[in-house]
Amino acid sequence: MAINWFKYSAPTTFYGLAGKLIPYFAWAAAILFVIGLYIGFFVAPTDAVQSEAYRIMFIHVPASILSMFIYLVMAGYAALGLIFKTRLSAMMAQALAPTGALFAFISLWTGALWGKPMWGAWWVWDARLTSELILLFLYLGFIALQASIEDSRRADKAGALLAIVGSVNVPIIYFSVKWWNTLHQGSTIKFSGTSMHIAMQQAMLAMLIACWLYAIAVTLARVRSIILEREANTTWVNELPEMKVQS
Amino acid sequence: MSWADFFAMNGYAFYVWGSYGAALLVFAIEIVMVRHRRKVTLRELRLMRDEMGEMEQGKRYDA
Amino acid sequence: MNKLSLFGLLSLVIRRDLLLAMRRRADVLTTLVFFVMVVSLFPLGVGPEPEMLRKMASGVVWVAALLASMLSLPRMFSADYLDGTLEQMLLAPQSLTALVLGKIVAHWMLSGLPLVLIAPVLGLQFDMSAQALGMLVLALLLGTPILSMIGAVGAALTLGLRGGGVLVSLLVLPLCIPVLIFGAGAVEAVTSGMSAVSNLSLLAAFMLFALVFTPFVAAQALRISME
Repeated sequence: MAINWFKYSAPTTFYGLAGKLIPYFAWAAAILFVIGLYIGFFVAPTDAVQSEAYRIMFIHVPASILSMFIYLVMAGYAALGLIFKTRLSAMMAQALAPTGALFAFISLWTGALWGKPMWGAWWVWDARLTSELILLFLYLGFIALQASIEDSRRADKAGALLAIVGSVNVPIIYFSVKWWNTLHQGSTIKFSGTSMHIAMQQAMLAMLIACWLYAIAVTLARVRSIILEREANTTWVNELPEMKVQS
Repeated sequence: MSWADFFAMNGYAFYVWGSYGAALLVFAIEIVMVRHRRKVTLRELRLMRDEMGEMEQGKRYDA
Repeated sequence: MNKLSLFGLLSLVIRRDLLLAMRRRADVLTTLVFFVMVVSLFPLGVGPEPEMLRKMASGVVWVAALLASMLSLPRMFSADYLDGTLEQMLLAPQSLTALVLGKIVAHWMLSGLPLVLIAPVLGLQFDMSAQALGMLVLALLLGTPILSMIGAVGAALTLGLRGGGVLVSLLVLPLCIPVLIFGAGAVEAVTSGMSAVSNLSLLAAFMLFALVFTPFVAAQALRISME
């Protein structure tokens, strides 16, 4: 059976679909968080060199991966919106940005707390930490640009263009920061063992998927509000069951 | 291993729980903010709709 | 109006912008004075030890150049936007990309080139060697056009927005980090006795890449902002 995907790209249908999907993603995320934390804290063995401090990795690495992944997804949605003029794509890009920025923040915060006991400093100019910081700047620029444009159509398009330019620039920035880092002999996060213990891998994977599902749930919830704001005063919005209650 | 040992994290308690605590806090704040935004949006939309309804009713009385 | 050749159009736009700037010379001077001031503030902040100053010279000059070029970005399109010229440009049969390229070149000649020319004098304040000074000029010559090109995209996106001046820096500065790294790296390579070829070629590659894409992207951004 062929599914008409374009049907779901209409904000009207997507609003209802997202509402139905959010609980599934949210619960799956919660369960996987519990599983991941259980394996990470009770099954995974203590690291020979980093002792218990390495357990920060189970939140630090997924947050870093997701902050980068979300930026790419955001740029992808932005490009879709710019090329096919689908309104929903632009709304998705707008809804993803705060979550991406928060993951970048978590990555930096946990990186600092991991760095202090391992390198003896809260912040080292490690290639990955520095790129993460720049990524946070890119997110903030995107959010600030969209927030300062009143007209939502212009905000969508301007944000899309910025996200695309940013995503082209991200590999260049990463490469240049890495180059700069090796020149100045900065430190890099190195893992003590040659290979990670199997339980560590499982915990990492569970946490990564949990964070991913969480990001989806929260983004869908946010995009529902954006849809409502953009579609204000339309009949379908006024006839929604959640609009029944008198104010 | 006792619970006290577990929470002590072999001396790294501050760093480990600081990381997970901050992450939990960020997630909690984000969820609260998203819910709050939905509540505010719905409230404003209801107000707008009711005002529109009243305006239309007013027009009917005028006519 | 008949269609001009690409170079005819470019030189027309550049000459026009330079002429307009000559009427408001203070704007160009402000950027330059800002650059000189920021660079001169650093020794006052960190102390006058020549060894430390020599070490940080290239970075300081580059960061100051980055900030100074942000200062003039909001003006790149705003005058034409306010008096309606930009709207005419969008409707003109000429390629908007070429027009934007002309404006970028003019912007660089007014805000980038003066920085390149004054930089050796500032380098002397930091006790830089002759080779380092030469490399600084060369790296700035390759790097400042990139700042104008990326800046054009930011300036076009923030056209007519309130608080556009700060916003444009927020958008453009992170994108300029590679320029800063390779530009300052080239000078540092010379001072530490290594070859700066790789830094310079990466800087040149980045410039060519920006030259190919940014005028087009900035033109699209202008269309979005003018809708």
